[in-house]
Amino acid sequence: MSDPLPPAIEVSHLVKSYAGVTAVSDISFTVARGEIIGFLGPNGAGKSTTMRILTGYLPATSGSVNICGVSVATQPDEVKRRIGYMPENNPLPEDMRVSEYLYFRGRLKEIPRRKLGPRIDEVLELSDLKRVRHKIIGQLSKGYRQRVGIAEAILAEPPVIIMDEPTIGLDPHQIRLVRDLIASLRGRMTVLISSHILPEIEMTCDRVLIINQGRVVAQGTPADLRREILGHSLYQIQLAGDFDALPALLAALEPTLRITEEAESGADGFRTFGLTTERDDELGEALLGALLAKNYRVRSLTRTQPTLEDVFLAATRRSWDTVAAPQRAAK
Amino acid sequence: MKHFFTLLSHEIRMLLVSPGTYIAATAFLAFMGFIFVGILESYSTAAQDASPAQVFFSLFFLPVFFMVPLLTMKCLAEERRLGTIETLLTTPVTTTEVVLGKFGAAYFLYMLLWGSTGGLFYILKKFAGDPRLLDAGPLIGGYTFIAVSGLFFVAIGVFTSSFSRNQSVAGILSFVLLALLILGGRYLAGVSFLERESLRPIKEAVNYAQIFSHLDDFTRGVIDTRQLLFYASGTVLALVFSIFAVEAKVLHS
Repeated sequence: MSDPLPPAIEVSHLVKSYAGVTAVSDISFTVARGEIIGFLGPNGAGKSTTMRILTGYLPATSGSVNICGVSVATQPDEVKRRIGYMPENNPLPEDMRVSEYLYFRGRLKEIPRRKLGPRIDEVLELSDLKRVRHKIIGQLSKGYRQRVGIAEAILAEPPVIIMDEPTIGLDPHQIRLVRDLIASLRGRMTVLISSHILPEIEMTCDRVLIINQGRVVAQGTPADLRREILGHSLYQIQLAGDFDALPALLAALEPTLRITEEAESGADGFRTFGLTTERDDELGEALLGALLAKNYRVRSLTRTQPTLEDVFLAATRRSWDTVAAPQRAAK
Repeated sequence: MKHFFTLLSHEIRMLLVSPGTYIAATAFLAFMGFIFVGILESYSTAAQDASPAQVFFSLFFLPVFFMVPLLTMKCLAEERRLGTIETLLTTPVTTTEVVLGKFGAAYFLYMLLWGSTGGLFYILKKFAGDPRLLDAGPLIGGYTFIAVSGLFFVAIGVFTSSFSRNQSVAGILSFVLLALLILGGRYLAGVSFLERESLRPIKEAVNYAQIFSHLDDFTRGVIDTRQLLFYASGTVLALVFSIFAVEAKVLHS
């Protein structure tokens, strides 16, 4: 948003090690205000640990974290007033009613009594919990419990919301609801969510941060990441003809065009190829023309959109290969 | 301490809406009534030296042994087991406030239970009509002792609960610590080994920590500041250790 304000989250050279194991090693990133950022990584990559450090629940071994310009290490209380946090597995007390729980949490988060009642109604409405407001949390289904956790995180309208896997265990309808809820916060609050459900992240987040083994291996918008990690464009082509001459033909057409995937020939002599090029513009027509001129029989040609899942797999695989090598992704 | 009262009222509320509290309270009162009836029966057969209140309070350790672990074992262990300690500590609440809130609620219930035994004396007064049976002095002294020593006992319970995420481990640990404190002191006082001149300071320390002799003093109306200090410092120590334990567990979780 406006420039003079410090960024919502500023992490620099964050390191966390437990008893000899380095969970997070030298992570740096910045999140602007009002941005929704997705935090991706395989299990054990250090996502939850990073989130816990951001909330001030765990101290960092070294490095610094600032939330809205306030240092987590020196002013944890101030930071806690600026965040809404939903931990992994969404722990909730079993024996309280939903509205009671929200009231209690609201009081702890220093919402004035006068405003708390209307705000609870608002939050219950937003997260579609009106029907269960008098139910005991222990008797609610997983989807409702998850939404109670989200409602609690946004209750005090903090500038920064941190949610560790908010959509885990939800059915598609509920996922959509949560997605819309998070999207409705765009611009007003900064949201950091971690998830394994990649299409989710892609749909809601402005920017994605992929970490593996405690390091940031890639960051940027989903489109940027695609280009950066997987090369510019992907094509899939199904053809028959002289397969050996194909690489030369492709190189003549466009130097960066390479075959990255090759399937077995089918009974009818057709074979499927995956092609990658760094050219961003449409190459399909030229490619088709060149192939037909050489008497290849082409059955189909598609330009494929790599999913974030491909990006994620490629980025994490790359980081497994080059564990000790310095990260290249941070631009 | 801004959030202390929010936490305390929340904890007390949770205790008062839980059916377990009422079951425990009923069992406690039944047990105390049983003891009380036993005491009165011995009075009906032969005259005794001590007043019924004195005898009644001298058995204080029986309910302490099972009530204190039951009341406190849940408080921090359960938060840790469910993981709600994480949501609690990421609000602008300090660990001290959390521990004091839990302690306050447990102590409140402990005193409420003991307070309800006042009903036994009321019934005695109403139906016995013998003023000798009801001496106000030991009664006030006895309840003062319960209130003061309860601080320490409940703090020990909170402390053991901060150690483990398993309630039963916490319960057993607090039972053992209370037994060591209450009965161990009495046992050590009788050990002849400590009579040696070189072990004099230890012997003095043991004499200072004699909870049964504290009770005697209180029921006789002697309120010694040294004894008050013993319970106050013990309470503070146990609570400080609980705060450290919660924070240390967070660091290593």
